[in-house]
Amino acid sequence: MNQREKEEYLREYAILKAQGKPFFPYIIVKDGVMMIVVIGTIMLMSLTLGGELTAKADATTTTYAPRPEWYYFWAFELLKVIKPPELVGLATVGIPTIAMILLFLLPFYDRNPERHPLRRPLATTAGIFVISAMALLSYLGAEAGAPSQVNIDPPASIAAASHEDQVRWEAGRRLTAQSGCGGCHKIGPNGNDGPGPPLTEIGDRLKEGAIRETMINPTLPMPSFRELGPEALDEMAFFLSTLKSSGAAEGGH
Amino acid sequence: MAKFKILPSPPAAVRPQPKRPDDPTVDDGFVDKAKDAGISAADWVDERTSLSGTVRWVMFRPIPKGTNWFYTLGTATMVAFINQVITGMVLAMYYEPSASRAYESMKYINNEVFLGEFVHGMHRWGSTVMVLLVFLHMARTFFFGAYKYPRELNWVIGVALLVLTLAMSVTGYLLPFDQRAYWASVVAMNIAGNAPFLGPFTPPAALGGPDVTAVTLSRFYIIHMMLIPGLIIGLISAHLYLVIKLGTTAPPWIRADKVSGDLKEHDA
Ligand code: HEC
Ligand code: HEM
Repeated sequence: MNQREKEEYLREYAILKAQGKPFFPYIIVKDGVMMIVVIGTIMLMSLTLGGELTAKADATTTTYAPRPEWYYFWAFELLKVIKPPELVGLATVGIPTIAMILLFLLPFYDRNPERHPLRRPLATTAGIFVISAMALLSYLGAEAGAPSQVNIDPPASIAAASHEDQVRWEAGRRLTAQSGCGGCHKIGPNGNDGPGPPLTEIGDRLKEGAIRETMINPTLPMPSFRELGPEALDEMAFFLSTLKSSGAAEGGH
Repeated sequence: MAKFKILPSPPAAVRPQPKRPDDPTVDDGFVDKAKDAGISAADWVDERTSLSGTVRWVMFRPIPKGTNWFYTLGTATMVAFINQVITGMVLAMYYEPSASRAYESMKYINNEVFLGEFVHGMHRWGSTVMVLLVFLHMARTFFFGAYKYPRELNWVIGVALLVLTLAMSVTGYLLPFDQRAYWASVVAMNIAGNAPFLGPFTPPAALGGPDVTAVTLSRFYIIHMMLIPGLIIGLISAHLYLVIKLGTTAPPWIRADKVSGDLKEHDA
């Protein structure tokens, strides 16, 4: 805005103010009604939804699929869209940082003196686009649900194996499901497709030992599952190493 | 146009009407005496603080015509924040920020304290409402072009408030120290730790070590109940000061009626 536009705005604004009403007692009524609505809504939500707790925090049993507050779903979904691991760092922190800087500086690069949304097509379109994208991503995030199941039938090699191996395989499947791997990995028909790679055919890519090692010393953002203990890690690695493209990973169970 | 009229005067509807001594309704009864006592008490304070000028400046400021319900979203956000402060203080009376006691103290609040779960729920859901309202209020100011001259600085303060509000929800999430809290924080920190440049330093700095532990809990607690609320209160004060100083915008589709000659302040 140049000097003339600034003065024009201030002049118009002074007239609008002169033609308006004093805050007290005319405008404050609306604010008062809004205050009651807000407090009423919060009380109602508290009464109907309560303040329930999940089980006590336990670093050794990872039976909880971490889920963020629903208003972060969109950010979590965004994470899944961006696949290449070297970009994940950029996406998780880079995109929010850039978005915040753009938001902070908005008044300084948007120099259009117009204020009416229809006479600022670029700004209005960008605003609607961002809101729609966030709404869509939030919806997708909510749809995905908490993935804490792995429904895979034993592959032929296991079906033919000893009873002991079958029990170990079943234990590994259950542990994998409970440990929240599905929060970041797709496993057969279950789990989220990202930010981690799908594990449906992980046996093609990694040997049992390498899978075990990944769970102990993973690449961020995957948390370490060292705390589960050697026995559980063995069983899970055994289970995952049997997931191969030849046969196994069809839905079922 | 002389500029001697600095403070807005009360609108006629609420302006006090001094009574004349020969007015038959003057009876010097209890009500009048109480009124006089109130006035002289207010005068006493005003003589020592000059607060009445501020009150006039805040309460009788002119609001442009066309102001609608969208303009209540800022107040709504503030009410949600005040709700968080009050319910948060009640929770803090019982909450113990130690890894071994945090969960038990939250359980105690829910099950034993009178109206405990209600207050806990109001804090829990109040945070959701506040985040939602901050976004709605921001969208309002965005689409109304209210961030433009001369209100640029207030937009910048607003974005800082948005960041701090989100930081409140992240630090608060860990405090019950239940499974949801613990694992959400572990993942959040892993994500932050993955950032370029500063990433590797974030978890040690935020958590007080490589993992989410008791140190993390007391750190998040202090950040959640002292540091950020202090900053938010300071910034809201600055935000509201500018709102009152600059006045709120009129909706962008409202045009001023043509006025002839000099314009006067509202004088209904
Ligand atoms: C917070 C999200 C997250 C969780 C939870 C998680 N992972 Fe991962 N995982 C990842 C990411 C991201 C990668 C890719 C890391 C990289 O860049 O190498 C990965 C990689 C892997 C790999 C290597 C894949 C390959 O193709 O090289 C294996 C194996 C693996 N995860 C197993 C698991 C198991 C088993 C669990 C549950 C016990 C689990 N993950 C839980 C995010 C996660
Ligand atoms: C804790 C959070 C916040 C509180 C309590 C708050 C409070 C308020 C209040 C009471 C007003 C008066 C007008 C109205 O209600 O619309 C206002 C105006 C304003 N706010 Fe906020 N606000 C907050 C966050 C934000 C954010 C996140 C932004 C934007 C990024 C923002 C930008 C503005 C602007 C530009 C105005 C001037 C609007 C106008 O004059 O029309 N505020 N704020």
